[in-house]
Amino acid sequence: MVEQPTMVKICDILEESPGVKTFFFQNNLPFVPGQFIMVWIPTLDEKPFTISYIQKDIAAISVLKRGEFTHALHKKRTGDLMGIRGPYGRGFDLQTGLNPCIVGGGIGMASLATVIDSLPDVTIVQGARSASEIIYQKRFPMMKLCTDDGSIGFKGTTVDLLKELLKTQTFDKVYTCGPERMMYKVVELCKNHEIDCAVSLDRYMKCGFGVCGQCDCSGQRVCIEGPVFTSAELSRMEDFGKITILKTGERAILYKH
Amino acid sequence: MMSNVTLSVNLCNIPLANPTILASGILGTTRELLKRVAENGAGAVTIKSISTEPREGHKNPTVITFEAGMLNAVGYSNPGVDAAAREFTKLQDINAPVIASVIGTRKEDFSRVVEGLSEAKFSAIEIPLSCPHTPGFGLLAGQGTPDATFAITSEVRRVTKLPIFVKLSPNIPEICTIAKAAEDAGANAITAVNSMGPGMIINIDAQKPILSFKVGGVTGDALRPIAVRCVYDLYKAIKIPIIGVGGISTGRHAIEMMMAGASAIGIGSGVYYRGIEVFKLVCGEMTQWMHENGFNNIHDIVGIAHG
Repeated sequence: MVEQPTMVKICDILEESPGVKTFFFQNNLPFVPGQFIMVWIPTLDEKPFTISYIQKDIAAISVLKRGEFTHALHKKRTGDLMGIRGPYGRGFDLQTGLNPCIVGGGIGMASLATVIDSLPDVTIVQGARSASEIIYQKRFPMMKLCTDDGSIGFKGTTVDLLKELLKTQTFDKVYTCGPERMMYKVVELCKNHEIDCAVSLDRYMKCGFGVCGQCDCSGQRVCIEGPVFTSAELSRMEDFGKITILKTGERAILYKH
Repeated sequence: MMSNVTLSVNLCNIPLANPTILASGILGTTRELLKRVAENGAGAVTIKSISTEPREGHKNPTVITFEAGMLNAVGYSNPGVDAAAREFTKLQDINAPVIASVIGTRKEDFSRVVEGLSEAKFSAIEIPLSCPHTPGFGLLAGQGTPDATFAITSEVRRVTKLPIFVKLSPNIPEICTIAKAAEDAGANAITAVNSMGPGMIINIDAQKPILSFKVGGVTGDALRPIAVRCVYDLYKAIKIPIIGVGGISTGRHAIEMMMAGASAIGIGSGVYYRGIEVFKLVCGEMTQWMHENGFNNIHDIVGIAHG
């Protein structure tokens, strides 16, 4: 296998919210939910994106417009090319027969979407700052929503909502992806309820296949040992929820940057 | 059954449990990753190169592979000497000697970084004067000449008592002249070699080079025969030990490099080919080959391809 981008044609684009677009492309690669690809815009840059749809011969990424690269992606039209390489990383270990809860914050929902597609009878919590940032509402109409401003659903964070749910029911497993501070709190809450978590981390990445050392989190390479880690693994990773690594390789406190 | 075979080597008075060394630029970004590489059997580990100031390096794509190796233009991303001094502490907890890789544009930059890292318990200083793809450094800063090599090595020699390894480019036909300049300036070992090239890979469907810097250093299988030849030539030309680096991912490759004259060997892209366990795997394969071929001591194979 050669780690180089292959150019694929964007065959459909779906506007999920004012800030999020999903780009569909023909694909025959076997993806496990939670895995990611490196997406290349020639001469501009290359960034990791989780796969948000897995269908027969078609896959997609859902992209939040945030910086220069994602702005450029959002300008792409059906028929345009983009480069992809992968899939990379260890995805979610999907255990059927359990009573799972999905907790997604913001664009983190993208890496959980294929988990929802793969598991029957899941409880889904999606949180965002406001109603306009909620995604996949038609795709998963049974979602329980929460927003910081209360413009839709429960007013509060996903952690607050999960806490509410746990008053009246229990879950065997929680799958989560979102801001790391949120995931850290989800893991803490679940620890108190003895619920195992599967957590998808995000770090600045370069190679994607475990050689450059850029995406280190307490000695674990997020690109290859992750991006999905279990509660047990995270309990041995001191940097989780606290430290990230900048492009320069410098350690930084999460959320100051 | 194989208990008679010993892989331990003494490299410039640094005792190594085995001759495999993590090459600079691979996984050497954090103390925790170095620790993990050591736990996976490396005899020594090298940090990713450090400059005076923080550098973001080139944009992605920075590392790709092809049928016969890897192509990279990371562009010396590193947190700068001050942050590096905070990162690489308690090195004695790492179960292998740690080598600092130091880069600079002017010779004074090298000594500043070496001094900035002097509190950390590094076992040696490596100075790569041979990067083929980062403006201001290595070959693109004219550091691959005998004069520049002598001047920079002398400057580093002035500020440290640690062993100095000078890492050379395979591109330069007169590699032995440059190695002698390093030896004359007080280098304790030569690391041979850095990546070759630069090379370029174009995606024909995008009609553009893939690397954002367009060109990058070539490593892996394609580099190995060139690295072996460089080490073979150097072994005849210099007295100081050689660390052979370039495309080593198996025990047989490592033994080949040592037969050419290397006292120790570096592994970089081998981490891609065989995972972080590559060090353990290579040592196991070396031990087995030595056992099967009647060698007990790794010293006995160094340079035996000569004569």
